[in-house]
Order: sequence, then structure tokens, then C-alpha cells
Amino acid sequence: MKLKTLLAASAISLFATGAYAQCAFENETPVKSLTAGFEAWKSVTDAMAECGNVEAELDQEFRKKQPAAFAADPSLYHIGGVANGTITPLLNEGTIRPLDALVEKYGQSLTPNQLIRMDGNIMAIAMMVNTQHMMYRKDIFDDLGIATPVTYDDVLAAAEAIKEAGVVDYPIGATMKSGWNLAQEFVNMFAGYGEPMFNGDSTPNLNNESGVAALEMMKALTAYMDPEFLTSDSTYVQQQFQQGKIAMANLWASRGGAMDDEGESQVVGKVFGASAPKITADGPPATTLWWDGAVVASNVSDDEAENAFRVMMEGMDTAMVTQNQNDAIWLISGYEPNRLAEGAIATAMSQPGPMSYPSTVEMGLMHTALGNELPTFFTGDRSAADTLAAIEAAYTTAAQEAGVLE
Amino acid sequence: MKMRTFAMFVGPSVFMMMLFIAIPLVTVFLQSFQVTQPILERVEVERCTPGFLQPVCNTEVVNRPLLDDDGKVQTTTEWVGLQSYSRVVQPDQVGAAIAEGRPGDILTIPFWRALRFTVTFTLITLPLVIGLGLAIALAVNNAVRQLRGQIIFVSLLPFIITPVIGALSIRWLFIGDGILTSLIEGWTGQDIAMFAQGWTIEVLMLFYRVWHVAPFAFVIFYAGLQTVNQDTLESAIIDGASRWQRLRYVVVPHLMPLIIFIALIHLMDAYRAFEEVVGFSSQAHRITLQWLTYDFLQPDDAGNRAISRGSASAMLTMIGIVILLIPLLRRTWRDHKGAR
Repeated sequence: MKLKTLLAASAISLFATGAYAQCAFENETPVKSLTAGFEAWKSVTDAMAECGNVEAELDQEFRKKQPAAFAADPSLYHIGGVANGTITPLLNEGTIRPLDALVEKYGQSLTPNQLIRMDGNIMAIAMMVNTQHMMYRKDIFDDLGIATPVTYDDVLAAAEAIKEAGVVDYPIGATMKSGWNLAQEFVNMFAGYGEPMFNGDSTPNLNNESGVAALEMMKALTAYMDPEFLTSDSTYVQQQFQQGKIAMANLWASRGGAMDDEGESQVVGKVFGASAPKITADGPPATTLWWDGAVVASNVSDDEAENAFRVMMEGMDTAMVTQNQNDAIWLISGYEPNRLAEGAIATAMSQPGPMSYPSTVEMGLMHTALGNELPTFFTGDRSAADTLAAIEAAYTTAAQEAGVLE
Repeated sequence: MKMRTFAMFVGPSVFMMMLFIAIPLVTVFLQSFQVTQPILERVEVERCTPGFLQPVCNTEVVNRPLLDDDGKVQTTTEWVGLQSYSRVVQPDQVGAAIAEGRPGDILTIPFWRALRFTVTFTLITLPLVIGLGLAIALAVNNAVRQLRGQIIFVSLLPFIITPVIGALSIRWLFIGDGILTSLIEGWTGQDIAMFAQGWTIEVLMLFYRVWHVAPFAFVIFYAGLQTVNQDTLESAIIDGASRWQRLRYVVVPHLMPLIIFIALIHLMDAYRAFEEVVGFSSQAHRITLQWLTYDFLQPDDAGNRAISRGSASAMLTMIGIVILLIPLLRRTWRDHKGAR
């Protein structure tokens, strides 16, 4: 809410100082957007606002509002910010429109990589990719003569060496807050074993050797973490890095820029990125690849949609990227990766490549089941096999209730 | 009072209660016996997502809801009896845990984990709130008149603070290298992690609730103390009753209806504990029944919400409160009849 007021205020101030300088056209139809609230979205919506008449709402809880807001007729927003996971309800309920014609008319600057195609239609325009990958304190690794870890066994060995040297409070940081974050860590680790999480008929496929191995590996890593790891989210890990309390973490690429933020960080220039660790040296990185992008509502008139799309293109243009290079791993042309983007790019380009986080109903259900059932394994109340059985049972119940399984 | 006047006074609030309490309660009750599902079709689709430099296209089989002519998702609603309740309570799992001689496993089931904590949370905080509230009230009542205002103000502060904010501020004192954790670490020379295990979080949650609610008990008791019959107290002194005996045989019996009132309110409030779980982010270690309901109703990324299980869990929470209140309500009822 605060952000919204702030944005409205900044939009007004831009208006007053004769803005539109950076926008190719003067927007006269009101455009409203609902997106997540991280730095990259702030840059994009600010650039959109330069066209005038844009009301941008940035909200980290957007995923809870978006399906209902877009299902309204007329839709409460023209533009929505989505990612792999959050596009699913909009796609399934048919509340976002195909963009093929608009891309042809206004999207000359888009690269093929930005076009999210579902069943042949362009349903979203991606602006950035995000992935959890290895960030580490190069100064510590160099001092102790440790090579950049490639596999998780290397990570454990490095953690042991750093622990013995005693240079930081905890060698490893991790986004293992119970719920969504912890579930995501497991999804990442399990992906490293290369086994699909679901069978062809949507039944779960976790309670097997890969599942147990993934859990055991996560538990082995926790021995080198702050004991309060079950309450630690991305912001907490970012702060641990900035305050020099940890030496490495498998952290979101979108958090990279904060490491060199001189106002907050005590480790400016010391944190480097590398590919997300693998399970075996020739396997895929144990992480998932995400994209963030924008969609246009179907419950608005064609003229409004066309106008909203033009505004969106202004927000995602090269001028915006050149001013905000450090905010994200942009897919937009004009992006020049900096030092902190190297790790994410190495992750995305490794062979075999990382799994793209699936946009399916099953994955949403599984993510919730994982988030609720995993903590008891890490508190030591339940064995790995029992926990995996409980996750499969919780998923099956939820899937039956949602009509996915009989 | 005339019936007509009475109805005009009470009417608006009865209407509001019907609209915001009775009707939702009935719909939740009905929903807990129903399951509403979208009609899904399995289709093979090609999806292209960004790779690095080049897009990656995969063909996958996905479940997709069928849309009707208006573009709305088609759904079916079925009556399923007690199925949602059994999915929440999981009697099979409970039976299996008992049969295998591992009753501890019951507490790994979310509902039972939540029930265990909610009940102990409620029953432990109850006597502490009443005891502490009474103690503050007695202390203020015996304090020098000039100091009373200040003491009342200070002791009411925790009650004024918004619950979630209060919980968060206590959490920030202790989490990671919080001020208090660092201080205790400095004294003891030990590394302390309050949020690494369940019992320390539980202690913090209990402490927070007592700290937050005791002022409420205090205000009520303090008001009650002003009406204690001074003649009875004086005669007790003349009879040689000690301070403790006066409290035990004169003051507490006089305050008994207030104690029951506070117990009723506290049982209802504490059984619905929710802010503590959010404020202390204790989901990994301790959850409450109210939080469980909330969790069922939260949409996941794919937009799924477990409305049927959420409704069943809400009904079970209500049943739990009623069971807890029965002894107190029976007592009030007896007193009420006796008074006639």
C-alpha cells in the first residue's frame, strides 16, 4: 500500500516536471498493473509510468490477489506480473489473452527468448530469468585455497574447511524457511538427481532413493548453517551475506545486486557467483530456472489491451535496461551481465541444463505439501522415508480434493 | 422495557450477527461436507520458456480446467459426507501409529500437532494470565495513590500494542543475534539459538501471550477490587486473619464471577491463537488450529485452495472451543439459577 502511494506520488512528480521524455508516446488511457514488489519490477513499472496515466501496484503477496482480480469483468488490472508458478491459474482460467497480434504490431524489439508460448500462442512476455545459484565469498575461498565447488560433495568439503578456519559464523546460508522456501530448496535438490517428480498419471514420484538422498544431502548441509535455518528466508540470507556472517549460499540471482550495495553491504566486491552445485559432475545443476514477465488481461477491451501492451513495451525497453543493469538477469536486448550475474548465466548454460520450474496445477499442490511436511524431518521428528511417504500422502489428498487424481 | 423498544435496540446487532456470523457459519458448515472441483481435461501442449539465449520448448501433458461458453471454469460440487473431516483428522494414520506402538507419530500429523500445541497453549496460559492479572491488580490497589496512574499506564501498554507487532518485536529481540540473545550469550558465554528448537519458541509464545493478555485481566480485577466490602475486610482483620487468609477467603470469592468471565474470554481467545505463529514464524516447530485453517485456505501458486478441508478444520476448531467452555458455562448456569 505504502509503495503504491509512493509510486503514485512519484508518477505525479514526473508529470509535474514534464516527463514523457523517455516514452515514445503519450498514454491517455489509464493502465493499471499488479506485479511483485522486487527491484526489477520497480524499474519496469517506473519506466512504464513515464508514459503517463499508469497506476502500478507492487505487492509481494500479488499471487493471492491476481487470479480473482483478473477473473473480474472488467478485469481490475490490465497488466499482471507473473512467473513460472503464478501464471498457471491465469492460464487455466483463461483470464489472460494471447499476445501474438500485439507482438507482431509493437514487439519488434523483443527477442524470441522473451516469448512465452503455451500451446502455440504467446501468452506472456518474459523480461528476466531468475535461478538459485552458488554465491560465495571469493576472498575466503582464495585465502583458504579452496576451489569453487562444482558438486554438493565439494560444497560439504569447502564448508568443513571454512568451519575449521573459523573465519565466518556459519559456512553456509540457505533459504530454508518452512513453507514455500523450504519446499523450493527440496525441488531444487531433487532436480539435481534428474528424476521427474511426477509419474505420467500425475501421481507423485518422490518416495525413492533420489528423494531420500536429496533429504540426506540437505540435512548434511544444515550442519554448517545457522541453527535457526527453518526461519531463514531470502532476505535473511542476503543480510547474512552482507554482514559477513556466511561464506556461501545457493541464493536467488535477483539478490545478487544487493551484495555490492555500499549502503547495506560490508562485503562489496567480495561475493562472486558460480553455477548452482550439481549432484554428480556430469548431471544437471540442482536448481530450477524461473522467468518473470508480464501478461495482459482478457477481460478488458481490445483497445485497452493494445494500449496496455504498448505501455508494457515501453517499460521493457533497452533504455530501461541500460539504466538498471544490476537489478536482474534481463532477457531484454541491451543487457550487459556484470560480475554477479556470471553464476546465474553459468547455471542456465550448463549442460545438461537446469529444469524449468513447471507451470502446472500438480506442482502448486506439491509445493504446498512439501512446505508443510518437510519441517518435521529437519526437526528430527521423522525419518526421511516417513517424511517422503507423508509428503506423497499429503499431495495425493490435496490432488484428490482439487480433482487432479481420482 | 417495552418489547418494541427492546427490539429496536437489539435489532441492528441481531441483524449484523446473522449477516456476519450465522450465515457464514452455516455456509462453512455446509462446505465442510462438499467438495467443489473444476472439470479437468488432460491435454498435450507445447510450452516454450526462456533458456539462455535460445528458448526451450517442451511438449508436456497438463491438466487444464474446461471453460464454459462465458469463459468461466466449469466445476462440479459433490456431497462427500465426512470425507474432508477424515482428511484433516487422518484416523487411519492415527490407528496405524497406535497399532505400531509409536504413538509419538500421531504428532507428526498436522491436525494433531496443532491440537496438541493449541490445547497446552490455552491451558498453560490460563492460570498464568489470571494469576498475573490478579497480582498486578493487588499491587496497584496497595500502591501509594500518587503512583497508581503511572503504574496502571505502564501495565496496560502490552494490551494496547497490536498483537502481531508485539509478537514481531519480541521475535526481533531474540532471533539470530538479536539484542537479548547477544546479551544472554555475553553473560553465559554459550551460543544461544532461540528459534532452532521447538520448546524455546513455545516458551516465547507462552510468555508473549501472558504478557499481552494479563493487563486485560488486571483491569477487570482492579475494578472488582474497588467493590470488595470493606466491613468484611475489617472484621477479618479484627478476627486476626492474615493477609493471605483475607485474600483467600474474602477477596477471591468476591472476584469469582470475574475470574470465570476472564477464563471464558481467555479460553476462546487462546484457542484461536494465530498471531503467535505468524509473528514468531514458528510453522516448522509449532502450529495452531487456526493457523492450520488459514494454511488450507491460502491459494498456492497454481491457485488451488483446500476449501473443503479448511471448512472442516474451522468446524473442528469451533467444536474444540465449545468442549473447553462446557465446564465453565455449566458453572455460570448453576450460579445463575442459584441466584434466582
